[in-house]
Amino acid sequence: MERTTIDLWVGVFLALGLAAIFGLALKVGNLTSSNVGETYTVTAAFENIGGLKPHAPVKSAGVVIGRVDGIVFDSKDYEAKVTIKLDKRYQFSKETSASIFTAGLLGEQYIGLETGYDEEKLQSGDKIKHTQSAVVLEKMISQFLYNKASDTKSSDTSKAAE
Amino acid sequence: MFKGLQGALSSLGHRVIEGIWRIGAGARLFSYICFYLPESFKRPRLIVREIFSTGVLSLLIIIVSAFFVGMVLGLQGYNTLQKYGSSESIGVLVALSLVRELGPVVTALLFAGRAGTAITAEIGLMKATEQLSAMEMMAVSPVARVIAPRFWAGVISMPILAALFSMVGVLGGYFVAVPIVGVDSGAFWSQMQASVDFRDDIVNGVMKSLVFGVVCTMIALFEGYDAPPTAEGVSRATTRTVVNSSLAVLGLDFILTALMIGA
Repeated sequence: MERTTIDLWVGVFLALGLAAIFGLALKVGNLTSSNVGETYTVTAAFENIGGLKPHAPVKSAGVVIGRVDGIVFDSKDYEAKVTIKLDKRYQFSKETSASIFTAGLLGEQYIGLETGYDEEKLQSGDKIKHTQSAVVLEKMISQFLYNKASDTKSSDTSKAAE
Repeated sequence: MFKGLQGALSSLGHRVIEGIWRIGAGARLFSYICFYLPESFKRPRLIVREIFSTGVLSLLIIIVSAFFVGMVLGLQGYNTLQKYGSSESIGVLVALSLVRELGPVVTALLFAGRAGTAITAEIGLMKATEQLSAMEMMAVSPVARVIAPRFWAGVISMPILAALFSMVGVLGGYFVAVPIVGVDSGAFWSQMQASVDFRDDIVNGVMKSLVFGVVCTMIALFEGYDAPPTAEGVSRATTRTVVNSSLAVLGLDFILTALMIGA
């Protein structure tokens, strides 16, 4: 085959390969959203993080505004210390509260932020004071059963008193 | 009885010795190729021509099979996921299974069948017709002139083919999931993007295909270089290329997956 034809085809081949890798990175792996633009870091301490993982989304009003950067156990307060990277474009009040939610019944866990009324904004390195832990299903069930049992017991004793 | 036992034992010994000899000879060929690395990149035209015959000519089979593999994954995945009411996760299923496993492995198997056999047969015939000896007589190293460019071409082509396989497979899955089955297009992509990690999934897949590229090309080259210079010898070497490459790819895939998930 002609030399230039071979060169052309190999060029097309390499370009296709690069396009495929870029396509995978952007369209499938969504590389862009994990490190877009400038971010600032805040921390939050949770009593229990449930199944929260690094890179989990941080949402406010359902919109992804940041990612969980890291989770460490704080052996002084026996709490989980979560570092969050937030997009610089979004500013939150100092009184913001953070809670851990689950997407759907069995979905992944994410952090939801709700802003407060304080005029002062969260700065890089600040700590979110109001936090609400993840709901642990087993705890909820046992609490429910315990309440149910005490309900029936009290109704039994009230019946006996009559 | 005693003679039969002796014969069995000695044939076992012969096989082991030959196996070890082949591993050693393969390693020696590999070190020669690495030794000629600067020389082979001084003449990139040779590599470009080999990329054409191993990579470009494999494009058709890779793209067509990737599209069908993706479509089958989409259909099968939908069938099962729909029972649990989570048919939107089909994008995750298709993308993860393609990027992590099927892309590199199926590409390597197809590559061994399409390009590996061609390399073995070509080099085996060159040896049978004494072209390699003729080069040596002219003080041209056949490793530098014939073997090394094919090796680098294979190593370059394989990750590109595997990435193309994964991408086309995902498109095949999309083609089944969205227009045919009726999964929402936004959910398909967003769930996929939420669970496919660039470093853990895509880069690991490319690394796998790079390893497979080295192994498959090396086996094909060695079998051709080592083939007895007869018609039967070349045909046997070609068969061995496919068998050994496939076994090596599947075995290595397990080891690599264990390393990547365990780490």
